[in-house]
Amino acid sequence: MHELSICYALMQQVESIAAREQAQRVTLIRLQIGPLAGVEPELLAQAFPMAAAGTCAAEAKLQLDTLPVRVQCEACGAETDAKPNRLLCGQCGDYRTRLLSGDEMLLASLELERPDDED
Amino acid sequence: MCDTCGCNITDGNRHLIEGDGKLAKTGDGREAVAVLQGLLHENDHQAAHNRHHFDSHGVLALNLMSAPGSGKTSLLEATIEALGEEFCIGVVEGDLETENDAERIRGKGVPAVQITTGSACHLDAHMVHHALHQLDLDQIDILFIENVGNLVCPASFDLGQHRNITLLSVTEGDDKPAKYPVMFRGADATLITKADLLAYLDDFDPQRAEDAVRALANRGPIQRLSAKTGQGLDAWLDWLRQEAKAQQQRLDQGDTARPKLQPEGRHLHAHGTHHGHHHHHHHD
Repeated sequence: MHELSICYALMQQVESIAAREQAQRVTLIRLQIGPLAGVEPELLAQAFPMAAAGTCAAEAKLQLDTLPVRVQCEACGAETDAKPNRLLCGQCGDYRTRLLSGDEMLLASLELERPDDED
Repeated sequence: MCDTCGCNITDGNRHLIEGDGKLAKTGDGREAVAVLQGLLHENDHQAAHNRHHFDSHGVLALNLMSAPGSGKTSLLEATIEALGEEFCIGVVEGDLETENDAERIRGKGVPAVQITTGSACHLDAHMVHHALHQLDLDQIDILFIENVGNLVCPASFDLGQHRNITLLSVTEGDDKPAKYPVMFRGADATLITKADLLAYLDDFDPQRAEDAVRALANRGPIQRLSAKTGQGLDAWLDWLRQEAKAQQQRLDQGDTARPKLQPEGRHLHAHGTHHGHHHHHHHD
């Protein structure tokens, strides 16, 4: 269960970006978590309120986006969908593939409220 | 981007960092800020520092990962016995509790630092950095970092190592690479350990284990060995010698290595889309 440590690391990043942007509150945190990131989105979502409590993102919504597992074959060049534990080329079956997407563990973007955004 | 690897930029999200302007107004007047930074940015930053430490002291750092009881410490003992004259070896041991493993290693006459993580299920770059202060890196050629026995969490944390080694013992089941793909995909070398027991087991097919590793698009060597009988140990020792030599060559060229490079990250590095902390790191 390393999702909590990941969440605390996330909150550090969020707070430093919010400070840099002189934001008062963070309203939305968008993450990209690939199936091969080694992070369970559900556990991350559960850990989030704990890590966010008392920060400028305490009330932020956490949005988790997942990108598909895609590989490109070095033998035949095809780009195909794959499964996390089967990264073979969908076209020719070769194992010499390169992952195109699916291992992201990213803070993609934040939505912020600045003091003068208040209406 | 993530300066230590940039590995998170994929075809699926590249559009977020290309084009102009990171800022966009959303419908209700709030501002959206594109960040696209690795979630473990702090850890990755520390890991880059560790890697720099290793390189500046001429150390090859290897991260050993496996389930508990796969024989990491036994492998280290056998390795120290075989290579102790050839290389100065040091060990960082990670466990939730006890000094037991560090004491076993010290019993072989090499320096060992025990990290007890308490309840943490993995080592992170900060813990390793702290442990490095207790070692004289100038006296070490190869540093083994024995991670906490766990096939899940350690895979997510870069420690600054140059290579990942994952152990799979024959008592565990040959489908483990398929069950824990993140861990086995990231292995630069996979060791099938306790191979002397294969004679007594009818349900572990080493070929099936190898196929499961290859199915993760992993091209690294897969070796069968037994630390107890010494069977297959030579190939492992040769791999270590090769890696030590490769590290020396990299250092001579002012280069470094990371485990399992994602080519996309390198592509972005080449195009200078850095931000945040800056390090000079080359990848192979």
